[in-house]
Amino acid sequence: MNPYLAGIGLGLVLLTAFVVMGRGLGASGALSSFVTLGVNAVAPAHAQSNAFYEEYLGTPNGNPLNDWLVYEIAGVLIGGLISGLIAGRVRRTVDKGARITVSTRMIYAFGGGILIGLGSKIARGCTSGQALTGGALLSVGSWFFMIAVFASAYAVAYLFNRQWT
Amino acid sequence: MNAPFYQFGLFGNDTALLFAVVIGIGFGFFLEQAGFGSSVKLAQQFYLRDLTVFKVMFTAIVTAMLGLFWLSWLGLVDLSLVRVLPTYLVPQLIGGLVFGVGFVMGGYCPGTCCVAAVTGKMDGWIHLAGMFAGIFLFGELLPLIGNWYSSTPMGEITLSQIFNLSHGTMVLLIVLAALAGFYGADKLEGRSRST
Repeated sequence: MNPYLAGIGLGLVLLTAFVVMGRGLGASGALSSFVTLGVNAVAPAHAQSNAFYEEYLGTPNGNPLNDWLVYEIAGVLIGGLISGLIAGRVRRTVDKGARITVSTRMIYAFGGGILIGLGSKIARGCTSGQALTGGALLSVGSWFFMIAVFASAYAVAYLFNRQWT
Repeated sequence: MNAPFYQFGLFGNDTALLFAVVIGIGFGFFLEQAGFGSSVKLAQQFYLRDLTVFKVMFTAIVTAMLGLFWLSWLGLVDLSLVRVLPTYLVPQLIGGLVFGVGFVMGGYCPGTCCVAAVTGKMDGWIHLAGMFAGIFLFGELLPLIGNWYSSTPMGEITLSQIFNLSHGTMVLLIVLAALAGFYGADKLEGRSRST
């Protein structure tokens, strides 16, 4: 799809969330609920004494999955699958440039994932909750987050060029 | 019209969760349509070879921002009831720097990673596992860095407030900046295609 059309579509979805719910989109928050579910299952006393997990345990029935963002991310998976099926893009593959091996790509994917998880928690949100949502609401922290993301990604991009070509 | 509907109690929690799924479907659909189920496509942004990430992100921000501005100007949405996240300047800057390295290293952000995983990208699944590990790491670190994490609080502050401009002027400036950015992005792409 034309990027500007996709952007307008995404923007209208975000606007709908504002008008219907009074809140925006999110992604990393839902993942935190799953992590909390895991920690609480293995070590409930530990989870309940930690301010971070405690927040995600604070749903009406104490189940971290009973949360708005968890339902939203379930929708993201459905919507992504629908679009992928329509476009004929659903198949088992590893997305990478031709010059690196699958195992190198997987190491980078895992390492990048760790940093994304860590960074989005330190910043209190990711590209969905901060950049898109906070960006549209003119939140100062969200705009600084966005600028920092692009600045550091450009600064270290040369280290990973081989992975993507 | 009394919007945001949920804040005015037009429906309850169960219906809100149903809306969450519907809104999520739209979100995931357009992310995938934009081509964001592919880490290679996303990463090109950081080499200025394909600026789709910039174009989609800023078109979305401008669309939602303008829509909200007009609806509030018409008196249809009470902006004070739309939740603005509070700013913690230093942690958000540092978090952004860490996030940026992760983005160009792993190729995905949390939302796009979900779309990649569900359309069969194995690197998307591994990235997802990495994010769980990173969030767990943060949870375990929080007791040690809690004071720093809550430092430089600025409250629910907006760009119009710090620049001392009216909401409408700030919105207009961002629209103009985005239009200039789109023009520049198309130019840059044209150049990298011809070389």
